[in-house]
Amino acid sequence: MSKSKLHVATTINGDSVEFLCEPQQTLLDVLRDELHLTGSKEGCASGDCGACSVTFDGRLVCACLVLAVESNGHKVETIEGMADGENLHPLQEKFLEHSALQCGICTPGILVAAKALLDIDPDPTETRVRYWLAGNLCRCTGYDKIVRAVLDAAAEMRAN
Amino acid sequence: MAVDEIPKSVEYPLGTGMRYESPESIEGAVALLANSGAARILAGGTDLLVQLRAGMIEPELLVDIKSIQEARQITSENGGYRVGAAVSGAELGEHAALKQTWPGVVEAVELIGSTQIQGRASLGGNLCNASPAADGVPALIAAAALCTIAGPEGQREVAVEEICTGPGQTSLGKGEFVVSFFFHERAPRSGDAYLRFIPRTEMDIAVVGAGVNLSLDESGVCSAARVALGAVAPKAMLVPEAGAALVGTRLDDADLQAMAAAASAACEPIDDKRGTVEYRVKVAGVLARRACAIAFGRARNN
Repeated sequence: MSKSKLHVATTINGDSVEFLCEPQQTLLDVLRDELHLTGSKEGCASGDCGACSVTFDGRLVCACLVLAVESNGHKVETIEGMADGENLHPLQEKFLEHSALQCGICTPGILVAAKALLDIDPDPTETRVRYWLAGNLCRCTGYDKIVRAVLDAAAEMRAN
Repeated sequence: MAVDEIPKSVEYPLGTGMRYESPESIEGAVALLANSGAARILAGGTDLLVQLRAGMIEPELLVDIKSIQEARQITSENGGYRVGAAVSGAELGEHAALKQTWPGVVEAVELIGSTQIQGRASLGGNLCNASPAADGVPALIAAAALCTIAGPEGQREVAVEEICTGPGQTSLGKGEFVVSFFFHERAPRSGDAYLRFIPRTEMDIAVVGAGVNLSLDESGVCSAARVALGAVAPKAMLVPEAGAALVGTRLDDADLQAMAAAASAACEPIDDKRGTVEYRVKVAGVLARRACAIAFGRARNN
């Protein structure tokens, strides 16, 4: 059987990207191992922890549950696309301000997930934030600081 | 442990020649499936990729059906709706008209997994993964939804309850796949609902699931009812006796009790860490009754 690699042309954080991959490689594998975008983390590799959260055509997904080849012709946004150069996104600023992280492994995924929420709902309730982030596991913070940071960022973004 | 003894990260158990194809037509998909060995359909992939990674399946071919228009769209048809097998849960939830007409079905799908899972997971995948605890399936069965199946012999329509035959098993023949689901036109005064019981508030697998779909006549008497249960048998199932207990009634206490008793009597659950046999049997009746109350309220307001 042919071992020839698949050619994929996709858009990642606004940049056109082409790569070769095996059919079974996940988007997360390629982001991290081939494109060296290591902000997305591998926690469970089964869609339970959300550490690999990215957006796919604007929709929040786990990069471990998407094949790399499926991104052909689509748009992917990762944590690396969140800050504007040296300027952190308000969510990133608020996570620092509220100490909404400890070990940090879950943080990129939670930031991507929170941004996806604020993109569709600039003024979410605390309950909505908690349900929206139910697929992002954090073993350090107990979530309260994360939720406060998201709500505070939302408030700041609405004010500006 | 010395550094050189630390195990390397786990390699995929497969990758020895698995092919990926993304046909743009139903015929293209059927031809690929007909000419291959072990093949799997890829819709949202939220179950499939986990099974691939765990080495539970080793297909020679993956056929991604997301480039097939019929599998990716929601359209109106004969007063009802046709929903592509690969439409994501998030897309279903955003379709206001479908949600208005079949709130039980859409709510059932929205219970599946996290926001991230909702971005990919599909009705077709939820059905064909054939988990006895799949949340979408009892609601589909209660709704009397039909599957359109494409295969080497052309297309056929089958009731959803005919698809799963046991855990992980379906009645689909070689080369066949589910393209879409058809939801018939609603009679006036109809409502549906789905409830599942889990020990947490979110992100868990059903201990019991109950889907109910019913219609009332002009005087408020139940004229038709379908009750379906999940996670209490090797597959999600229709319980005709439970539905029959409601027809001709006004869903008074005694009627609901008879329905609940019929639902419990139909259960053949397993004992596992999520619930004992006795518990599941009892909860099935209670949950079906609560779902009836929601469906009844919706029917009265329609």
